[in-house]
Amino acid sequence: MATQTASPAPVSPAPLSKAPLKIRRRSPLAWIGDHILLAATVVIFIFMLLPNAVILVMSFNQPIGKYDYTWNQFSTEAWAHPCANQELCSSMGLSLEIGLIATLVSTALGTMIAFAMVRHRFKARSGINALLFLPMAAPEVVMGATLTALFFNTIGPGSLGFWTITIAHVMFCLSYVVVTIKSRLAGMDPTLERAAQDLYATPTQTFMKVTLPLVAPGIAAAALLAFALSIDDYIITAFTAGQRTTFPMYIFGSVQRSYPAQINVIGSIMLIGTMVIIAVSTVLGRMRATRR
Amino acid sequence: MSTALLDKAPAAEAPPEDRRPRRNITPWVLLLPGLLWLILFFLIPILTSVSASVQTGNFDDGFKLTWHWANYADAIKPYWRQYLHSGIFSVATTVLCLALGYPVAYFIAFKGGKWKSLLMALVIVPSFTSFLIRTIAWKTILADNGFVVRVLNDLHILGVTRRLGITVGTHVLASPGAVVCGMVYNFLPFMILPLYTSLEKIDPRLLEAGNDLYCGTFQTWRRITLPLSMPGVIGGTLLTFIPAIGDYINAQLLGNANTGVVGQSIENLFLRKTDGYPVGSAMSVIMMVGTLVLVMLYIRKAGTEDLI
Repeated sequence: MATQTASPAPVSPAPLSKAPLKIRRRSPLAWIGDHILLAATVVIFIFMLLPNAVILVMSFNQPIGKYDYTWNQFSTEAWAHPCANQELCSSMGLSLEIGLIATLVSTALGTMIAFAMVRHRFKARSGINALLFLPMAAPEVVMGATLTALFFNTIGPGSLGFWTITIAHVMFCLSYVVVTIKSRLAGMDPTLERAAQDLYATPTQTFMKVTLPLVAPGIAAAALLAFALSIDDYIITAFTAGQRTTFPMYIFGSVQRSYPAQINVIGSIMLIGTMVIIAVSTVLGRMRATRR
Repeated sequence: MSTALLDKAPAAEAPPEDRRPRRNITPWVLLLPGLLWLILFFLIPILTSVSASVQTGNFDDGFKLTWHWANYADAIKPYWRQYLHSGIFSVATTVLCLALGYPVAYFIAFKGGKWKSLLMALVIVPSFTSFLIRTIAWKTILADNGFVVRVLNDLHILGVTRRLGITVGTHVLASPGAVVCGMVYNFLPFMILPLYTSLEKIDPRLLEAGNDLYCGTFQTWRRITLPLSMPGVIGGTLLTFIPAIGDYINAQLLGNANTGVVGQSIENLFLRKTDGYPVGSAMSVIMMVGTLVLVMLYIRKAGTEDLI
């Protein structure tokens, strides 16, 4: 679409200063427009946050019978015994294990790819870029199904399990890791590394003392993302899991069997945990910024 | 899923001082393990699927490549409803996400002030709770004795939506409406993020200039803001549509027997039938090609091939 319709150039410099503009010509229609926008935003935020509130509330529910979809009465039972349901906690353990391995492998491989793509020129770059982009653009069910077809054809349907899940998770995390680290690398000031070289740092020293610390936040973000993707994936996991049950698979199955309040407890812990991590990192960032 | 896709890093240019014409193997050493992984577990599976889609057999006797093209007929004819549902649900989800996501992104970008980052955190943070638990929470919200159903009933909306085929009887749960509600909920952040990134980049002085030239709020939006935010609209649409067309979680958890989508059928054919996987492979090949064609058409129409 045409993006050049409006350019700031023709406007004379004087009205660009903001103060006089604010006083002029605020029609009542614009006032209503602004407040409709505010109201819509509030409503949509409620829509987005409502399930989280429900999860938190329902984690204190004493379920009647098997299902936990309607409120019965207040209880802290589920919080006191989060592992009362053994299968739930063992599936959580499996998910954590797979998540950690997938994160480590995909972050390592992804960091290498990101460095190669940003720091080196070579043929086939655009082809490799396309190959890296495709897994993010393919519907999950297609990736799951094609991967299962491969495993059925090679190792046989009976061999699906821990390693096939992990292989699949590394595969779909890889592209996201590369994109995240690439953006950090591309945004880095190249003069810092040149300065280190000017000061007689060897390539290894430059890498360890300058480059790595500067990229580290990007690598950490990529690893976190990979972990979050892995631990939350249902579709591809279901296709590659064989007889194993990961945490998302347990939840999915529990809709048919029984839905214990403990699931809501874990959901609440995940939410509170993320908020604490974000709050702490924000505060730390502010402290570091003020100290300088 | 992720926000990473949205940080469209400008491809960094070559270090200018590197003039030596020698062949460098370092990048290939760095690339090899990761690329091998993607080739082995992403590209080759696609080829295997194509070959699997013309096989016949069952789990006990094994599968043989018999060039049984009739699998494709079996993958289309009995499942036309599922294709239709997948199409309708994903398009409806994308349109609704755009309609709900645009005002939110606009508000945060232009009126967010110092609350910008907090509001964006509120968009993203909930996604860190398992999406399945959040989706199942909609069962509680939309339950028959819940407040949503009561309000809709009191306002006599359920009668209208029932006639339109969005809800079933006096229930909201287990209806197409609930499926789309869950999908919109799940994919909304993927729409808001790219929209926000592109809206945030717009110089507010341009909007002031529009006002100066006697554009109303709406006209300013239509003639300045909207064209400038098109990259976000296109990015968000793709990020919503592609996962939505493959999604079957919402159809399974919030829908009923009549809201089946393609993903559910593929899963059934692969995991619950002993001889279904060739037909399932054919279905996933159809889905892959279909999605690719739709996305290409959309990108061509939207005119931004360089977007990805």
